[in-house]
Amino acid sequence: MARVVVDVMLKPEILDPQGQAVQRALPRLGFEGISDVRQGKRFELEVAGPLDEAALTRIREMAETFLANTVIEDFTVKVEDVDGAKAES
Amino acid sequence: MSLDTVKHAAETPDAAQPWAELGLKQDEYERIREILDRRPTGAELAMYSVMWSEHCSYKSSKVHLKQFSEKAPKSEAMLVGIGENAGVVDVGQGYAVTFKVESHNHPSYIEPYQGAATGVGGIVRDILAMGARPVAVVDPLRFGAADHPDTKRVLPGVVAGIGGYGNCLGLPNIGGEVVFDPCYQGNPLVNAGCIGVMKHEDIHLAKASGPGNKVILYGARTGGDGIGGVSVLASETFDDSKPAKRPAVQVGDPFQEKLLIECTLEVFREDLVAGIQDLGGAGLSCATSELASAGSGGMRIELDTVPLRDASLSPEEILMSESQERMCAIVEPGKVDRFLEICEKWDVIATVIGEVTEGERLEIFWHGEQIVDVPPRSVAHEGPTYHRPYARPDWQDTLQADDAGRLPRPQTPEELREQVLRLVGSPNQASKAWITDQYDRFVQGNTVLAQPEDAGMVRIDEESNLGVAIATDGNGRYAKLDPYTGAQLALAEAYRNVAATGAKPLAVSDCLNFGSPEDPAVMWQFAEATRGLADACRQLGTPVTGGNVSLYNQTGETAIHPTPVVAVLGVIDDVTRRTPIAFAAEGQLLYLLGDTREEFGGSAWSQVVHDHLGGLPPAVDLDRERLLGEILISASRDGMIDAAHDLSDGGLIQAVVESCLRGGTGARLIVPDGLDAFTLLFSESAGRAVVAVPRSEEVRFNDMCGARGLPATRIGVVDGDAVEVQGEFSIPLTELRSVYEDAIPALLA
Repeated sequence: MARVVVDVMLKPEILDPQGQAVQRALPRLGFEGISDVRQGKRFELEVAGPLDEAALTRIREMAETFLANTVIEDFTVKVEDVDGAKAES
Repeated sequence: MSLDTVKHAAETPDAAQPWAELGLKQDEYERIREILDRRPTGAELAMYSVMWSEHCSYKSSKVHLKQFSEKAPKSEAMLVGIGENAGVVDVGQGYAVTFKVESHNHPSYIEPYQGAATGVGGIVRDILAMGARPVAVVDPLRFGAADHPDTKRVLPGVVAGIGGYGNCLGLPNIGGEVVFDPCYQGNPLVNAGCIGVMKHEDIHLAKASGPGNKVILYGARTGGDGIGGVSVLASETFDDSKPAKRPAVQVGDPFQEKLLIECTLEVFREDLVAGIQDLGGAGLSCATSELASAGSGGMRIELDTVPLRDASLSPEEILMSESQERMCAIVEPGKVDRFLEICEKWDVIATVIGEVTEGERLEIFWHGEQIVDVPPRSVAHEGPTYHRPYARPDWQDTLQADDAGRLPRPQTPEELREQVLRLVGSPNQASKAWITDQYDRFVQGNTVLAQPEDAGMVRIDEESNLGVAIATDGNGRYAKLDPYTGAQLALAEAYRNVAATGAKPLAVSDCLNFGSPEDPAVMWQFAEATRGLADACRQLGTPVTGGNVSLYNQTGETAIHPTPVVAVLGVIDDVTRRTPIAFAAEGQLLYLLGDTREEFGGSAWSQVVHDHLGGLPPAVDLDRERLLGEILISASRDGMIDAAHDLSDGGLIQAVVESCLRGGTGARLIVPDGLDAFTLLFSESAGRAVVAVPRSEEVRFNDMCGARGLPATRIGVVDGDAVEVQGEFSIPLTELRSVYEDAIPALLA
């Protein structure tokens, strides 16, 4: 069985208030040396059935229209097999 | 690419420049070259292009907007008029109130949540920049057909965005409207209004004077968001074939804005500010040029000192960026340290980015090299002015001839009953609680009235109970039939709504939403609507204090209905005397104030039952509106009425149903002589209200109306648990409630 990971990040030029809040908190907690933090979302999709090109196309479509808001977010789709080995799709 | 300095521009007069891509017209570009006597640098071109955009320069609308000043009625309440960030009105006891309505239509279509959220953020900063503490917001919204799939995409995002941003700021959302019409498909109208309160002596203006004074930019860092938003987004028609032109939307951070509010109010309190401007559309280009232009003229900015979120931004991008939650203040040198200290306390980044200078030029430097050298007035206040051609469209006569009075009317009591239920359960008439419940209406504990009341009302002084009320209205269907009358009806309705709560209407703000000004028919609608509104404001004695114009609201060739949204602000000396809409006490008498005529053009009935738009909108009688207002205010102050509801779209039956459901009591209505049941229930004649009069006050109330010459007709009594029209039908409240309250959740939830 295959797992597909969709990572969603705000586009680089878009303000990320959550990331900024984390960044501001770091030095207060004694973690120095981080100049910027951006926070995103990770979706792990367990694919039932074969992970063929058609399934990946469906997943990209799913990411484009539902998982990510492409007006302000970018996404990447990665295939991860059960052993944990990663492969770029 | 190397830096395009002023020197470089003078040496390379023939370098090609992307003026067309930035939205400038050929003659506008030529004019910039004329003003500067050379070609503009890249940074100058960026500034002119955003500041000369329709959104910032009002180039198509200002020849018409002049009337709001020229025809303005004399009003002692007016402390600051058109031209500042927002108008300011005296409400007594040393208090002043500032309020304004703006649009965020185009961004909200592209990214509903952030578009609507940053719309709230922007109007709040406008109010803050006047020196006032924001106390409440309102949101007039218009969407496509309620059952259209795209409405289901746009509306929940917009509502969540408004709620999210406003709730985080701790500002109650006390009013507004939600209207559905297919004409707003692909072009929703997301208008946002804000009220702020201050003492008279706290008024601050947007100008930079006093050479040597420092220019301080404070608030969020500048990033690449919304670059060119005003020139590209708000000033052009959407074209599906060119998605690449969509610029990045801005993302707001309400917690940063909250810090900005408290920080700004503290620097005001310590008198550290000589001039102030918020950063909205056109960002730093707008703030620097407007501050300099309104002051003595000279300003020098070191642009490389601006704190950035993204170090790779070019100077042009920094000047055009519309990053949210930023303000720009002019501060005397001796006060700078204290100013920065207060910003530090609030965790707000503040940077001295320049100073006011002796000359009359706005000069901007990038690492020591000059990239801008312009007369600021030419950027901010002397942009192009267009006398766009306008012409009454040829279809206007056909539309007006298509009289709604000829539509088939209900023939039997059963049919009448069925149409009442259809009306009450139609998206425009049904309860909007599903939407307004997502906003915090009561935070801060000063909300006296909020949706679904006629107007929102907040207390502004806890000791004296002084309060202000605000209502926003606009009926695009009326305005389509007759823009002049439609705009007047919008004002009349908002005025009536404020008066119905017992508050005295004082001043007006408007948000004029129209299609493309390049279409002579749209321009005619705009010219007529502004003329109508200015005339009506003069007659009602309520000046326009400021507002906003949003053009290019259209998809392809099809413009939205002309939609002038009018906000009326009123004052009430004692909020405990306010009049709610609820019929709560059985036995009280129902009086219909005003005249009811056979007026169905543009009515809710014609839309819901016949899907028809034609004929003429209801006639306007502004003297009658003023008289009705005076009666409603007196009756409220003297305790002669316990409830009042203005009559507008949906007519009497809609108002009665709303008041009954609000109070949890029924009503028995009798059709008065000279009227038929259908006309009584569905006519939308203006200048009317329904009031509930305690029996002990009936004589006094009647005497007052009689003496002042306002028709007051007894039409029934508050009674039972059904809405009954004698001899026609009876509908139990439970049935009305489920029809009224379930419609919107069924469509959108």
